[in-house]
Amino acid sequence: MADVLLAEIAAVAPSGRAHVLRRFLRHRLAVLGLIVVAILGCAAAGAPWLAPYEPDEVAITQRYSPPFSEGRFLGADDLGRDVLSRLMYAGRISLSVGISAMLVTLVVGFLVGAFAAYLGGWVDTILMRLTDVMLCFPSVFLLLFVAAFVTPSLASIALMIGLTCWMEIARIVHAQILALKSADFIAAARMAGAPAWRIVLRQILPNTLAPILVAATLNTANAILLESYISFLGYGIQPPEASWGNMLTNAQSDFQVDPWLAVFPGLAITLAVASFNFIGDGLRDALDPRVRD
Amino acid sequence: MASLLDVRNLSVSFGRNPAVDGVSFTLAERETLGLVGESGCGKSTTALALMRLTHHARIEGEARFGERDLMRLDDGAMRRVRGSEIAMIFQDPGTALHPLIRVGEQVADVMRAQLGISAAEARARALELFRKVGIAAPEQRLRAYPHELSGGMCQRVMIAAAIACSPRLLLADEPTTALDVTVQAQILELIREVSSEAGMSVILITHDLGVVAGMTDRVAVMYAGRIVETAATDRLFAQPMHPYSRGLLGAVPKLDGGWDEELTTIPGTVQGAALQGGCRFAPRCPLAGDMCRRDPPLEEIAEGHFVACWKAR
Amino acid sequence: MSLVEAIRLERHYALGHGRVLRALDGVDVAIGKGETLGLVGESGSGKSTLGRTLVGLQQPTMGNVRFDGIDPMTADRATAQLLRRRRQFVFQDPSGALNPRMTLGATLTEHLRVQGWDRSATRARVPEVLEQAGLGAAFAGRYPHEISGGQRQRAVIARAISTDPDFIVADEPVSALDVSTRAQIINLLRRLQSLRGLTMLFISHDLSVIAHSCRRVAVMYLGRIVEIAPREALFKEPLHPYTAALLSAIPLPDPPRERRRRRIILSGETPDPTDAPQGCRFHPRCPIATEMCRRVDPQISMLAPDHGVACHHPGKIAARAEPATG
Repeated sequence: MADVLLAEIAAVAPSGRAHVLRRFLRHRLAVLGLIVVAILGCAAAGAPWLAPYEPDEVAITQRYSPPFSEGRFLGADDLGRDVLSRLMYAGRISLSVGISAMLVTLVVGFLVGAFAAYLGGWVDTILMRLTDVMLCFPSVFLLLFVAAFVTPSLASIALMIGLTCWMEIARIVHAQILALKSADFIAAARMAGAPAWRIVLRQILPNTLAPILVAATLNTANAILLESYISFLGYGIQPPEASWGNMLTNAQSDFQVDPWLAVFPGLAITLAVASFNFIGDGLRDALDPRVRD
Repeated sequence: MASLLDVRNLSVSFGRNPAVDGVSFTLAERETLGLVGESGCGKSTTALALMRLTHHARIEGEARFGERDLMRLDDGAMRRVRGSEIAMIFQDPGTALHPLIRVGEQVADVMRAQLGISAAEARARALELFRKVGIAAPEQRLRAYPHELSGGMCQRVMIAAAIACSPRLLLADEPTTALDVTVQAQILELIREVSSEAGMSVILITHDLGVVAGMTDRVAVMYAGRIVETAATDRLFAQPMHPYSRGLLGAVPKLDGGWDEELTTIPGTVQGAALQGGCRFAPRCPLAGDMCRRDPPLEEIAEGHFVACWKAR
Repeated sequence: MSLVEAIRLERHYALGHGRVLRALDGVDVAIGKGETLGLVGESGSGKSTLGRTLVGLQQPTMGNVRFDGIDPMTADRATAQLLRRRRQFVFQDPSGALNPRMTLGATLTEHLRVQGWDRSATRARVPEVLEQAGLGAAFAGRYPHEISGGQRQRAVIARAISTDPDFIVADEPVSALDVSTRAQIINLLRRLQSLRGLTMLFISHDLSVIAHSCRRVAVMYLGRIVEIAPREALFKEPLHPYTAALLSAIPLPDPPRERRRRRIILSGETPDPTDAPQGCRFHPRCPIATEMCRRVDPQISMLAPDHGVACHHPGKIAARAEPATG
């Protein structure tokens, strides 16, 4: 009788991933953030086909046109170039710098934090003290310092930002792994003779994904902001190539003539940064195992 | 003998499924009742519900303590009951005590809050209590922090705090599970002494049938939020009527023989399949039949012996 | 011929300020091929440390381990890997012993691949050991949080037997489980042991569990073995006062007997392994301690061909057991 009953009912717990997705979708700001990022991403990716004008198409007669005038949806800048088109092309730069920089921070941060925590001893001391030293420097000034010596290009900027922002992830990973190190399943792997790198990548990495994912989204926001800072200051993406940051460089001095030039790039940066932050918040709540359903 | 505690149809739910589902039992004065079951059966939740320490739960049913229904008391009244009339000791003494307050002070605090005595008086009584519960060098120990004490010592402190205001009822939730077996014997001995001397009733919650055998007058066996059998301790061990009770007793490894035979086991798990509206234990029961699709009520089949099983008639 | 030997094993941790934690303080023990030795002790006894050292999870600070005559610390790489396959460990807490992000199948596969098994052999082996552990091949796709504690422990056992080892150390394998599940796992371990002729070290604080699983039992206290004997002898006639106290402390599921019992209640707490007493380490709590016990540390002596005790007054406790109070 017992097996008949057991066969009658089969209860399978919902898979972990579906659960997480559901919890994420409940976080309205996070969903909004996701939508905004998707829109920005599509606009940026589709710029060559969607942008109404070429980004460096100069039209002196239409300089400083306000939005909705002379066929310019968002107006024209000091050289008559279409703001909307430049915004879209700039989005490609800013977003890709943001994401590449985030990837660099992820890889460097994880490797430093993971090996420091797993190997312990002097490796741990050296790596974590290095992390602490790097954290002492304010990232913007560190970046500016490095940028002064390096020819700025998309790749070099992404790399620079990545190499100055990995420390937070290193710390998070370090803490997670220290906690995991004493787990029995790690002891079992060690007992089986697995080498350190295999344990870190195969056993530990999947268990650190949650905080890393959250840190990654927050890092992307930070990277976009940093790129905007240094481009605005003239040390990042160089004109005529557009980035949201360098579109703001002259907006300050031109403010009396055409205040709109400051609004749209600023809005784009704000939207992107805020959206990634919201996504990060949503992910953090969705992945937290302690939050009751 | 008038009953000290009369619980009727107590149900506690967090979310959809009830953790405790229609539990009823009585407790007489000076009686020790054992509440036995495996993890998840709802025994701890029952105790917490009696103390009204379950915050986000929906509670139904009543628990008459003397004249009052504990479930209907307002917060202020319940706070006066806790500690002074009903006290509780918990499983992990290390985490049940406040880590940043000296243990003597923690015991004194209970008395000052409930009995309204002065700080000096409370400290003096705390010293006496420490001696009574067998803490060596009590004067020094009063000033110790929980992390400086061993598990057994912390448990003694908890017992001191619990009996400080001479409660009529003591709820002990797995008080010795986290302790070494030689220390467990000491603590159980202490609980026995202290409760009989003060005329306290005790509800002893445990999964250890050996502890139940030595400490209790009556036992209630819980499964999946329900009580499936209640009887005098001697009777339950000699003549268990519910298939789950029988299975449990058969599964306990014995210290005095039968070592080379296989232990009888109960197939399946508690979290396994469940019948809608039927007996909770049916999927794992060797005696299950068609009638088990209807949930059997807890009924008295012999003097003082209650069973929830259709086959036990 | 012993398969596993511990020779004057010591394991110390220097805690700074001159304090030393002696987890193992001179342990000699030999486990014969096909034997199941039970290891009993309370917290601070060193039983876990001994188990982990015998299986290679920890290294001793002094003394040797010998496995099949070989000292694993001096073995070359190939032999070391072979020794790893032959010695396996079952952990206490099934939740911590399995990677929460890997399916049971992935955990088993990784375990085998790391120890040198090739892909096709591994693919065949995984469902095989899942069956033997009482789970069934379908469980390979499940995650630890989707199954019960007992099922998780079966998975841990499956992992331990996957490499077809000769020697398994089971460290409190049933302590974290419910009564009914405990019985299932005890039965499983017994079946596996007799089916495969395994040599086992079964560690537990619960003597009744040990009784059902082992023919010979060793009792540890503060880093030493204080008594070792065949099961029947140990339970019926314990010679060391600590063993007697342990046995009398265990509550029996038998109310009339419980009431009649004469308990030996030890004084004091389980001691601090950083602060072992002088002389016999048990003397502060021992009901029959004498002046000699306070001064001289007894070594293990064999009082019968297979019954060893480390005590100056073995067997005296039975005559002086105190009646239970209340």
